[in-house]
Amino acid sequence: MMMDFTQYIAAAPEMTLLVLICVVLVADLFFEDERRILTYWMALASLGITLWVLLATTPSARMEVFSGSYVSDSLSQVLKLAVTGFVAVAFIYARDYLRANDLHKGEFYTLGLFGLLGMMIMASANSLLTMYLGLETLALSQYALVAFDRNNETSAESAMKYFVLGAIASGALLYGISWVYGVTGSIQFDQIATALLKDPAINSMPLWFGVAFIVVGIAFKFGAVPFHMWLPDVYHGARSPVTLYVASAPKIAAFALTIRILVDALGDLHDVWSGMIMVIAVLSLLLGNIVAIAQTNIKRMLAYSTIAHVGFILLAVFTGTEEGYAAGLFYTLTYVVAAAGAFGMVILLSRRGFEAESLRDFKGLNARSPWFALMMMFLMMSMAGIPPFIGFFGKLNAISAVLGGGYTGLAVLMMLASVPGLYYYLKVVWYMYFEEPEDLAVLQANTDTRLVMSLNGVAVLALGIVPGWLWALCLTVLGGQ
Amino acid sequence: MIGLQHYLTLSAMLFVLSIAGIIINRRNLILLLMCIELMLLAVNFNFIAFSRYLGDETGQVFVFFILTVAAAEAAIGLAILVVLFRTRRSINVQELNSLKG
Repeated sequence: MMMDFTQYIAAAPEMTLLVLICVVLVADLFFEDERRILTYWMALASLGITLWVLLATTPSARMEVFSGSYVSDSLSQVLKLAVTGFVAVAFIYARDYLRANDLHKGEFYTLGLFGLLGMMIMASANSLLTMYLGLETLALSQYALVAFDRNNETSAESAMKYFVLGAIASGALLYGISWVYGVTGSIQFDQIATALLKDPAINSMPLWFGVAFIVVGIAFKFGAVPFHMWLPDVYHGARSPVTLYVASAPKIAAFALTIRILVDALGDLHDVWSGMIMVIAVLSLLLGNIVAIAQTNIKRMLAYSTIAHVGFILLAVFTGTEEGYAAGLFYTLTYVVAAAGAFGMVILLSRRGFEAESLRDFKGLNARSPWFALMMMFLMMSMAGIPPFIGFFGKLNAISAVLGGGYTGLAVLMMLASVPGLYYYLKVVWYMYFEEPEDLAVLQANTDTRLVMSLNGVAVLALGIVPGWLWALCLTVLGGQ
Repeated sequence: MIGLQHYLTLSAMLFVLSIAGIIINRRNLILLLMCIELMLLAVNFNFIAFSRYLGDETGQVFVFFILTVAAAEAAIGLAILVVLFRTRRSINVQELNSLKG
């Protein structure tokens, strides 16, 4: 058989990234602690090079390589660009915090990069095996990242909880995969879809059993109710930069997992999985929004609000229409922009020996730094879904997709469920503008952190003013499914 | 004659046992890690049974990957366990309760 090198082009970004991670990993060993900043720059350079390779190898058409277990299409391209960008943002926010808290170790960056590799593999997976391996690469990096602060009791505890629940999720997903393999005789997404078309008789109990387990695994990874127990504890217990990492890019990867498995492979079983997804999504929407009201810790509050946002994403996917999938992607991307900014703000307000975890720490932020208070207001309003911020259009698209599918009741529920969100997000804004500051320390941040924070805050406004191109992009990449 | 359904039943029993072990066990984290391993082995059983039944090697290859990942997972799990023990001198599941809300 002739070696066919064109297939390597489709996976060139991942291969480049892997080589660069190994370089960073080894180089980091030789840096003294005071020159650890070099690891940071190398990590950012790796991300830059990966991004460049990614753009340079944009496929003109859908390309299936490695005997069909890997795919490079416009969807994978968009997802990979997004995850690479958000990992870079997480690194930039993290640097000063880690240095101030004597945590500036190379492991943060190498684990972060390995996680990125996993996410990119998930975005391009075209077989259940590839998907599983990508998922585990990401998950194992995340477990280690959460336990990254070795002397911190809560970090260790949350890492253990994350590990155990994450392992159960992988187990459930795998068990489901084994049944789908057993019934359809294939692990490749398109072959599973073909097998389902060819032989309708296999659409029966054993297959549904497998699909149920796969949905459980997906819900776990997304952090949807009733499989959300790990999410608030991990967000709370992990150090803030790790929380930022866990809360941003992996959500996009979870979306890739959902679309690739449920739509690419099991699209014909929409009747089977949509019911489960709907129940999970509605529960997430209700529980997330209600419990978030009671939180006094901003990381926990954002965790519960994440659960509510996941409800929106899953409801958009539940519709089973192209518009719904596009709305899900749009919501995921725009939510992650706001989430990265919000956790970035928590990092920014923290300093040596002080975590700005409590909502009270945001009191009087306007008096301390009017610009950052404005940015935080933008981010909170975007998450609450107030126009003209981008979060509003995310919610609008999701609701109109659900309406388009003919589920009026669900659309009304989505609108009503957004109301508590107004309360707890605007509470932060109230604290920042109308309360006296309890903490008068001057905000310290380097120029690049300030710049990225400002870009992040302005982005939710700018995207909200011109949301059309992103929506068009989402429709294009999911149109061919 | 032992057929496919016997293997699948055994695998399902192992899977349920491992889940039950995770839920019931309130004392020792090591037992929890063992249950997680058991769960992956139950899945492997399923894959091999299906692979043999379908006459298709994909399932067996999948098992090799699962075994590798399981080893990595155990390594990470034990590492977190060591960190946990060093900070709080206990690996009792019931004492993992400082995070609430």
